[in-house]
Parts: sequence; C-alpha cells; structure tokens
Amino acid sequence: MSKQGTPRVAQASSLRPGRGAQAGSLRYTDRAALEKTWAHAPGLLGWLSETDHKKIGLRYIITALCFFTIAGIEAALMRLQLSRPENTLLNPDLYNQIFTMHGTTMMFLFAVPVMEGMAIYFVPLMVGTRNVAFPKLNAFGYFIYLAGGIFLYTMFVLHAGPDAGWFAYVPLSGPQFDPGKRADTWAQMITFTEISALSVAIEISVTAFKQRAVGMSLNRIPLFVWSMIVISFMIIFAMPAVMLDSGFLCLDREVSTHFFNRSEGGDPIFYQHMFWFFGHPEVYIIFIPALGYVSSILTVFTRRKIFGYPVMVASLVFTAFMAFGLWVHHMFATGLPQLGQSFFTAASMMIAIPTGAQIFNWIVTIWTGRLTIRTPVLYVLGWFAVFIIGGLSGIILASVPLDVQVHDTYFVVAHFHYVLIGGALFPLFGAFYFWFPKWTGRMYGEKLGQLSFWLLLIGFNLTFFPMHILGLEGMPRRVYTYQQGLGWGPLNATASIGAGIIALSVLTTVINFFVNARSGAFAGANPWNADTLEWSVSSPPPPYNYVYPPVVSGPNALWDAAPDQPYVVGLRTDKREVLVTQVLDAQPSHREELPGHSLAPFLLAIATTIGLAGSIFFAWWFPIGLGLVGLVMIYWFWPRKEDVIDHLVEEQREILREEPAV
Amino acid sequence: MIQSVLHPAGIQASRIGSLWNGYMVVLTTVYVIVILWMLVAVWRAHKNAAPQISDAEERPHSITVGVAVGITTVTLIGLLIASVATGSAVGTYGDKKPDALEIDVTGHQWWWEVQYPDPEPDKSFKTANEIHIPLHQPVLLRLATRDVIHSLWIPNLNGKRDLIPGRVNKLWIEADRPGVFRSQCAEFCGLQHAHMALVVIAEPNEKYQQWKSHQQTPANDPVTPEQRHGRDVFLSLPCVNCHAITGDAYATIGPDLTHLATRPTLAAGELLNTKGNLGGWIVNAPAIKPGTAMPPNQIASNDLQDLLAYLESLR
Repeated sequence: MSKQGTPRVAQASSLRPGRGAQAGSLRYTDRAALEKTWAHAPGLLGWLSETDHKKIGLRYIITALCFFTIAGIEAALMRLQLSRPENTLLNPDLYNQIFTMHGTTMMFLFAVPVMEGMAIYFVPLMVGTRNVAFPKLNAFGYFIYLAGGIFLYTMFVLHAGPDAGWFAYVPLSGPQFDPGKRADTWAQMITFTEISALSVAIEISVTAFKQRAVGMSLNRIPLFVWSMIVISFMIIFAMPAVMLDSGFLCLDREVSTHFFNRSEGGDPIFYQHMFWFFGHPEVYIIFIPALGYVSSILTVFTRRKIFGYPVMVASLVFTAFMAFGLWVHHMFATGLPQLGQSFFTAASMMIAIPTGAQIFNWIVTIWTGRLTIRTPVLYVLGWFAVFIIGGLSGIILASVPLDVQVHDTYFVVAHFHYVLIGGALFPLFGAFYFWFPKWTGRMYGEKLGQLSFWLLLIGFNLTFFPMHILGLEGMPRRVYTYQQGLGWGPLNATASIGAGIIALSVLTTVINFFVNARSGAFAGANPWNADTLEWSVSSPPPPYNYVYPPVVSGPNALWDAAPDQPYVVGLRTDKREVLVTQVLDAQPSHREELPGHSLAPFLLAIATTIGLAGSIFFAWWFPIGLGLVGLVMIYWFWPRKEDVIDHLVEEQREILREEPAV
Repeated sequence: MIQSVLHPAGIQASRIGSLWNGYMVVLTTVYVIVILWMLVAVWRAHKNAAPQISDAEERPHSITVGVAVGITTVTLIGLLIASVATGSAVGTYGDKKPDALEIDVTGHQWWWEVQYPDPEPDKSFKTANEIHIPLHQPVLLRLATRDVIHSLWIPNLNGKRDLIPGRVNKLWIEADRPGVFRSQCAEFCGLQHAHMALVVIAEPNEKYQQWKSHQQTPANDPVTPEQRHGRDVFLSLPCVNCHAITGDAYATIGPDLTHLATRPTLAAGELLNTKGNLGGWIVNAPAIKPGTAMPPNQIASNDLQDLLAYLESLR
C-alpha cells in the first residue's frame, strides 16, 4: 500500500510569492479536492460505513455518556433503597442485578470507552494527521462496543441481567450457583468490550508512533497523547487476561469444562488472579487519560509548558509498569502466604511515588504560571482535592492488616469512587468543558459551568465521604439492606442526599451543553489560545483535519511555531493519503493511503455479535458466527478495481524509472 | 452488640487499630500539606504577571520537587515497615501458643455452621450463627465453605478471612474484654448476602465452660404432652431431612437444632429467637428471607403450637 516518493516540507512563505492570489488559489483547489475526497457519505448507509475518527470518537463519547446516565440511574435506585434501614423498594434479586449492572456499565461501557473516544477524537488531531491508522478497524471497534452494550441491556430487560457483581467471582457465577443465562451475559459482554478496547489500543499506538507530524519527536509529544499511548499498551497486556478469564467461565458454564471447579482440579482463586491481573491495570487505564487532560488544561490556563516534562512521561510509563504488579492487594483476605503479601504491599505503596511526582510537578506548574480560573481549571483543582484523598486511602488498602479490616466494606466503595470519580470523572468533565468549543464551534456557559463544578464537589463529598465511616462501622458492600439497630441509617441517608446533588450537577452540565451547542457565542478555531495542534484547525475540524500536515518545532506546537511555520506538501488530495513518519524523531518516511467508507466493519460486527451472543444459548452458534466472520472478512479484503489499476500504474512507473535510457 | 473497627476488643484488632491511628496521622498531615501547597500556588499564580519559564527560574523548583519525592518515598517506606511488622504480628499470633482453642466454621448460603471439635467424638458439638469464646484465650478458627466464597469478619477482634471452596483458611482471634460482637459475611455470596450474620460471645472462662458442657449434652427429652407431640410433629415433617437434634435426627444440611432455644437469633441474625418469630419462620421462611433453602411448611395450628413448645424446650 505504501507509496514511494517522500513528501516535501515547504516553507509557508515560499508558497506565497507576492502574497497574492496564487497561493490562495492553490490552497483553495487543494481544500476543494480534500473536501471531495474526505466527504462524509449521506444517509443511513453512509452513517454505518463512516470511518472518520472524529465521527467515531464522538459516537464513542456520546454512547458512553448514555450508558453513564443509565448507570447513574441505577446508582440512584441503590441509594434510594439504602437511604433507610430495612427498606423494601428493591427486592434482593433486583438489587443484586442493579449493583452488578451499575459496576459493569460504569467500568466496561462508560469509563474505558469514554477515554477511548477521547483518544480516537484527539490523538490524530494532536499528532497532526488526517485519520487513525486503521479506520475500518476503528469503525468495527465502535460497533462491537455498541453491540455489547445493547446485548447486556437487552438481557437485563429480559430479567437475565448479571447478578454476581462486576467481578463475578466463581463459584457464585459458576454453573452450580448461577443457573440461567445471567453470568453468561456478563462474561460475553466482557468479550465484546475488550475486542473493542484492543482495536482502539492498536490504532492509537500505531497512529501516535507512526503518523506524527514532522518534527514531533518523542520528546515533543503532548502529555495527552503520551497518556493515550501508555493506556494503549496497558490495554494490549491487560485485556487478554480478562477475556480468557470470562472465556473460561463461559466454557465452564456452557460446555462443562472445569477451569474453576475445585472438585475436578480447577481453582476459584485462579479466577481471581486472572481477573485482578486485568482489574488493577483497568483502574489505571481509566485514570491515566485523566492525567493527560489535567496536563492539557493546566498548560493552557497557566500559559506555560508543564514543569518537568521528562519526569511526567517517565512517571506515566512507570505507573503503567507498576500497575501490573499489585493485583494481589485485591486478594489479601484470601489467605495467601505472608511474604507474597508483603511484596504486593510494597508495590502498591510505591506506585504512589510516580503519582506524587506528577502532582508536585503540576503544583509547580501552577506556582510558576499565570493562572486564569475557568470551569476546566476548577474541575482540575477539584481533582486535586478529591483524588488525593482517594490516593491516600489507597495506601491504607495496600497495607495488609488495614486492608483485611476494610476490604469489601463501604470504605472500599468510598475509596474507589474517590479514585474513579475524583481521579477520572472530574478531569473528564473538565476536558468536556475545555474541548466543547472545538467540538461545537461555540462556547459553553461559564456561570452554569462553575455551578456544575460546585454542585459536583459538594454532592460527591456528601455521598462518598460518609461511606468511609460506614465501612469502619462494619457495613459490608453489596448488601441490599441493613438492620435498624446497626446505626447505619443517618450516614446512608446523607449519602443518598448527596447522590441527588451529583445528579443535579450532571443535569446542569447537560443543559449547559445542549443549550450552548446551538446558541453559545462563536468560539473560533482557538478560543483559549491553546498550544496543541487541534486548535489550529477550524471548530469543528474539517473531515480531513489539515489541508497541509503541520510541521512541529517545539513541545508546545502552536506556541513554538514561527510566523512562517513550514508545513508538508506533496500528499495526494484525490486519495485519502496520510504522511507516515519515523518513530523516534518523526522525520517523513512515506505516504500511506487509508481506506474510505466501508460497510465491512458494520457487517463484521453483526457477524461477531451473532457468534458471541448466540453461543451462550447454543454452542454451535459460535462456529456459525466464525463462518460468517470469514465471509465478511473476504468482503473486507476484496481488492477494489481502482486499487488494482493504481497498483499496475505504479508498477509501470517503477519499471520506467529503472530504465532511464528509454 | 457492636460491629466496628473503631472499638477493638482483642489484641489483633488493637494492634490494627494502633496502626490505623498512625496511618491517619501521617496521611492527614500529607493531605493538608499538599492541599495547602496547591492553594498557595493557585493564589500566587493568580497574581503572577507572566509565567516563569526560564531555566534559571525553574531550577529551584526542580530541587523542591526532588525533595518532595524523596520525603514521599521515605514516608512510604516507613508506612511499609509499620504495616509489615503489624501484619506479621497479627497473622502469626498464636502459632506458638500451645493451648489454642480450635473451632471449625463452615459457611453456607446463608448461615454459619460452628463446630467445636473434641478428641472424644460424643463431646464434639455443633451450633449455628454464634461462636462462644473464653476471654484471653487464643482461638484458631478453621474456615471452610460448603458452597460459594464467604468471608468471616469480626471487626472488633480481627480482620477478615475468606472461606474458599476446597481450602481451609485459618484466622486467629482473641477477646480481651467480655461482650457480644456482631459479624457479617463480607464477600458477596448471593441473594441473602445481607442476612448472613453471626455473633461472637466472649465471656469469662467459667461461664464459657458452663456453656460448653451444656452444649455437649444431648437434647432435652420432651416432658409435657405438648412437647412430646411436638417431637412427633418434628419427626413426621420434612424437618428431619435437613436438621439434626441429637438422639433423634442427624441431617447436616441445615443448622443443628439440639440446643436451638439457647441461641439469641434465628436465620443468621435476621430474627430474634422468640416463639412468634420461630413460628413464622417455620410456616413461611421464604417470605422472610427470599432464597433460603428452608421451605414453607403447611402445618395445622395446634401441631405448630406443639412443635414450638418442643423446640422451645431444646435449651
């Protein structure tokens, strides 16, 4: 697919002799050709065959936010049920399904996909390319994620929603104690979302390593992009573990294998090791992108580059490595040997060092910056206040003797909401406010934005701080009710009121965005005078992102650009070509043509869904699905006529070049 | 009756409690310092006329960050050492003490079977949802499960330990003051995870011995005609398929009822052990605890009265 002939780096000024019409018209014709080549296809079929990373990224984000809303409603139902002792609003069966759905949805259908959506939307823009490396795979990843979500909720509505918790420990989720299809639904949903996550991880890592703008060497990659590279590698190593685990569970349930059956030589603890080998990195897969948002927002609003950039990158990478070495702290109560536990205690505590280093660097960044406080900054400052509590309670959980007291209690519920809402959701909402002008071309309402922040800060702490105390007072997690005499009523009632305030905050944000997406003030390309490349194109960006791929000459691309910053010319405008650069120093390497619209990803997702969803009812659906996948793959890779002709023409040119005498 | 980490009643829980207090002091200090640092930074940055980004301006801050990371590392190592020391003291407590009392605890969906083994088989006995222990005596709980994973957690005495299929886990406890300490299953175990409690009754040794020797006796014989008829009702109903009463029935699926009337609660802590509650439980247990293995029983009202009279006599 790759073409010979390296594109040239042109001086912008050299294209404007006399600053006259010629350059303008050149730009104009290129732009018109790109508009045509990269145009979105109309209609439903066009929608289904879309491969633009911005469209797909936004689909991820919006779908994930829909699931966030549903999971939020589930949380509200749980808070209502627990708001007073011996409440009977939800029966135990429904409660168990709802808490399982809440956790599963938040982890697999909201938190990871929304971060992936941000990566898919912004990484190609930030590195200065026109699309992700594998646009069809990208489209497939979205459809398979959507199919997994629809599958899970269809089963839930049919009263077959999973009910064994978001980590579905065996034997409770095994064939003996969970008859019916509930645990199968959960296990198969994992496969859907992890296929999606793996495809995103591959695209993002390749895009960020091979499609960077000329000059964006490794030490100039924005921290946002670094965070996405890091989680892509984490996904590639972590997700297969959980897919195997849930796959084994499915096999145990469907075809009577005995991976986890103790009486046949299997082991339920093996399930836990496999799950948490994924499960702990999963938390960092959600949390590390948030660090990227914090860096992006702080850079812009302190008007300076992030202090200690190499330390920041090293910390991200170090955190990613460490994240794979501390899963056992989820299993301290299972009775593992003392020495092994001490090792995991040490690893769990030491991961605080890179996180601490990053926090100190951000504080210095603020200290030496010129800070303007806007809604995104408030969310970042709120992140400091809230996340650090979660991080410090994490140190408590790393200590074996303390952990065995608070493990599986509301203390842990408090801890991970401080880490996930505090650590990831606060920056995510800050990022939404920050990039809202880029998405819509309009500004959000500042006052309403700040109101949403204060509501979230108050509501969040009111909901989750009391849970620390509830845990110490002995309240285990996942109980559908509790007895009057235990004295847990008042704190639970407080938490339930807080949950209402959180809902109000989210509603404020939603109203703000809905109203201002239509009637907000026009934002222009770069309302914040920000530093990364996505702010150099119009808001919202055109389908091809850049008329000419940019050239980068510093860590803050737009701030470090000269008035006559060079850019790249020589990419074909009649094809979807992108520039491929070298991994380390991002020097031009070659041109690569990316595929355009295709219905194949959608069809492949349908075929995969038939195989995966069918197999939990009848095992033969799996090979049937595999056969369908094979057929679609043939269609996927069937060469187009124009590609064949192109190839022949190129070949002829090569031959002519080799025989200059003729 | 309390269930709280913050009111230790035994040496393990006290040690963990001291570690807890130490951690709280350190972590709160860290939090306050970092947040104050951040707030001062925000206040300064709000007044800065322009960002300071030259190398000369940044150098002192590099030192600050380096020192902060160093302090963090040292603090963490300190916390780590304290944690490992406490963990090892708590985890191995009693290993070298010769006079340990051993009790077998078996988890069921959703109740606790408690067995006091004895070298003489007829001296060993079972009870349910209660553990009696003498004061100042190291007790080794041997934990097993009949079905799914459960977790035994008596917060006032020690941290929790899971009950895992195919394994026997061990947990040391020791009570240093008398009391009734509540415990509740901590690992999600299905529909009635919320209703799987037990109580630990810590009492002076002579009281404990009294209780123990009474539990070792066979069930009381019925005395009154109602009680005698009650026993016939018990033996003619499906009760005997699951329950044991020494001398009459020996099934092991449900709790042993030999000394039912001495227990404070029914249905793993869900109901107080009163005659009315017991009657309601026998007639329609699933209405009280959906999912329980105890089936509803159709039973004539005078038969029920006699059955209750008999069960109430099992002291």
